[in-house]
Amino acid sequence: MTAVEPRRRLFRVPDRFAAFGAVLLVLIVLSAVFAPWLAPYEENDVRPLESLLPPSGAHWFGTDQVGRDVLTQVLYGGRTSLVIAAAVLAASATVGVTLGVVAGYAGGWARDVIMRITDVFLAFPALLLSLALAVVLQPSVTTVILAIAVTWWPWYARLSASVAASVATRSYVDAARCLGVPASVIVARHVLPNSLTPVLVQLSLDGGGVILTAAALSYLGLGAHEPTAEWGLMVQQGQTIFTTNWWVVTFPGLAILLTAFAFNVLGEGLRGALDPRRTVR
Amino acid sequence: MTRYLARRLGQALLVVAGVVTLTFVIMRMVPGDPAVAYAGPKATPEQLAAAREQFGLDRPLYVQLWNYARDLVTGDWGTSLRTRRPVVDDLLTAFPATLELVGAALIVAILVGLPVGIVAARCKAKFPDFSVRLGSMLAVSVPVFWLALALQTLFASHLGWFPVAGEYDNTLDTTSPLTLWTDITIVDALITGNWPIFTSTLNHLVLPSLVVAAYPAGVIAQMTRAALIEESGQDHVRLERAMGFGETAILTRFALRPALNPVLSLIALVFAYSLVNGFLVEAVFNWPGLGRYAFNAISSLDTPGIAGVTLLVAVVYVLANLMVDLLQGVIDPRARAR
Amino acid sequence: MIRIRDLRVAYGPREVAHVPALDVGAGECVAIVGESGSGKSTTLLAALGLAEGARVSGEVTVCGVDVLRARPRALRAIRGSKAALVIQSPQAALSPTTRLGVLMRRALALHGVTGAPSQGKTQVQGEPADVRGGGPRRGIEGVMAEACEAVMLDPAILRRYPHEISGGQAQRFAIALAIALGAEVILADEPTSALDVTVQAEVVGVLRRLREERGLALLFVSHDLALVSTIADRVLVMKDGEVVESGQAAQVFTRPSHPYTRELLEALP
Repeated sequence: MTAVEPRRRLFRVPDRFAAFGAVLLVLIVLSAVFAPWLAPYEENDVRPLESLLPPSGAHWFGTDQVGRDVLTQVLYGGRTSLVIAAAVLAASATVGVTLGVVAGYAGGWARDVIMRITDVFLAFPALLLSLALAVVLQPSVTTVILAIAVTWWPWYARLSASVAASVATRSYVDAARCLGVPASVIVARHVLPNSLTPVLVQLSLDGGGVILTAAALSYLGLGAHEPTAEWGLMVQQGQTIFTTNWWVVTFPGLAILLTAFAFNVLGEGLRGALDPRRTVR
Repeated sequence: MTRYLARRLGQALLVVAGVVTLTFVIMRMVPGDPAVAYAGPKATPEQLAAAREQFGLDRPLYVQLWNYARDLVTGDWGTSLRTRRPVVDDLLTAFPATLELVGAALIVAILVGLPVGIVAARCKAKFPDFSVRLGSMLAVSVPVFWLALALQTLFASHLGWFPVAGEYDNTLDTTSPLTLWTDITIVDALITGNWPIFTSTLNHLVLPSLVVAAYPAGVIAQMTRAALIEESGQDHVRLERAMGFGETAILTRFALRPALNPVLSLIALVFAYSLVNGFLVEAVFNWPGLGRYAFNAISSLDTPGIAGVTLLVAVVYVLANLMVDLLQGVIDPRARAR
Repeated sequence: MIRIRDLRVAYGPREVAHVPALDVGAGECVAIVGESGSGKSTTLLAALGLAEGARVSGEVTVCGVDVLRARPRALRAIRGSKAALVIQSPQAALSPTTRLGVLMRRALALHGVTGAPSQGKTQVQGEPADVRGGGPRRGIEGVMAEACEAVMLDPAILRRYPHEISGGQAQRFAIALAIALGAEVILADEPTSALDVTVQAEVVGVLRRLREERGLALLFVSHDLALVSTIADRVLVMKDGEVVESGQAAQVFTRPSHPYTRELLEALP
């Protein structure tokens, strides 16, 4: 008599909010991917004679101090931001889930050690640790990715540890163990699929946070720098002339807002549809 | 209750130890020779060697860590490379201003977020609920530095309704000097009845605290709404309905207290997040707090200064979490039993 | 007290309960029996308009109020004060952060019960009203203490939180609430299912006494036939949402006419 693993229904009807977030995000991603085709001008097309032109037919978002078309820069900036977000999420999730699964499934001292380490990392407010790290490393996109990934992985470790621990106690896992199934197979076949849903939800929820943090780091000059287009950087470059040339700062800022908003809405919706019992971070 | 307290305290201390270690590690990663940083780029080899010995840089790492930890506990947080003053003094000067800003922001956030969340839960699936969800989503998605710039430009530079920067009008220092009690300007002004400085600080506080309040207000509203809706699904609500209580009464008198639990633990998290968000806002509004100090330290690679700020904020965060746990024990009798 | 005609309760496209006729008069005890999923609990909740998310049709009159069509305020007025609900797992059903006494006080305040001598609602049979402790002993405290005593609970229990009392105590507290509010009919959903056998007997004893002394009407739902046989006057048997048999308890138990009823009876140990 075998204990059978119950089939999990992945999706309940997602509400309109989530769908809206998903659509928005897809649009943003598409606009970043197709930036070279969508952008009316070349990236970093410096035209000193056309500097600081207000929004018009020729330049929908106006131009910046060196004459670059703001719309173009925003589109290319999207590429940078989304790449950063993807890299950070991939790195944190991989490291975090690996450590978490080990901690949750193995239990014992491995679990204690790993959990204490996550406690320490989580004791730092996210931006602070990223800030400190970004300071000691040279400003660049890679720095930003590393700095943020280092602060984000503990959440995934915690999450997957609790899932792994609960799966480890289920009867079908005991049955598998008795049959001599190696731990790696159990993990791959049972623990990982069960962690998938909460990790997915967390990933979409985190997307917004990563975008905001990355923008903040670049705004402070610790991240992307010239000639890379990046939204936070654009805000920093335009802040002194905000009063006279509002468009240089406004549009990149709106881009950050919209992208973070899309991630957040999607994340909220996914959480409601897939995993309503989970507590908010 | 005391056992719960002792247990939490022990955990907190362990975490702080880890925090100190991690900070130490990070600070050692700063490029460049710390001895050069202390002695200056034109120092002779003898001076460098002397600096190394003085700061214990020639000892093995774990000894350095131990010395570092020991120094911290005894109150020696190093000397700032930029201000040449003890970091502790710098921090103590800057911290109250940040507390002031974040405190004001949190008050606003709670005063706005809680009622809004309650209304949303009460009018679930109707227009007020929808607009609250939309609004709170936007609030947590807005980049804080951009919002600060936008509000500053619009309301201060253009409309002139509020001052552009600073904590209060410093010319008032001569006309009505402030006696310090708590070091928090607005509180001291209030208790000493120093109205000119009080109103000036209040005026200066409005814009920055609104910016910092955006994120926590959104989070609190969302959480309150979610917690109330979840609590409304509990069995006891059905009994309360069966006893004849109306929906609003149930929400505010029976569902609110248990729903406050998750909201409360959220506030600690949000406090720390706001603290660091506040840094960015301080940069924009030139607020004399930890943020400004941190950024100055960053641009001058003032390692002790950076380390000091990092440690302080982390420790404050740990304390905040601890306090919230204790508060939870008070509010929800079931938490004590755990 | 309670009069139900052609009640239909549906969740979405599925009809989960259909009761053509059900009456409960003063001092009567009617039981709805059946297995889980037979629709009996739904019927009970619908009788007070508490079936959430369901479409309810038919005619339900409780203590003179047309439950399905009444305005919310009228409905709230009878809930608790005339018709009281007692639920299955009482500890989950009581607000966890509210002391029992506070809950009772709030409920009493809600329905305007002040315990003034003129409010002699809880009339004990056989005793003239003016002899019944009027004057100083009354007041909210008095009402609450009296209610506790009627269900054999120590009034000191009012200072506790729900997680600090036992299942049986919680169940009796729920009944005490009903009494304090002066309920004329109690609707109970599986009142003894979550209790130990000895405690069950206590609770049943309390209910029986209340019927005898105060003329309380009782409509309750249970899957425990043995329990039902000790206290019910009339019985409705439900299966898959339909009433398959109804009548006097003695009759239904000794000469069941429907095969399902016979099945249920045979299943008794």
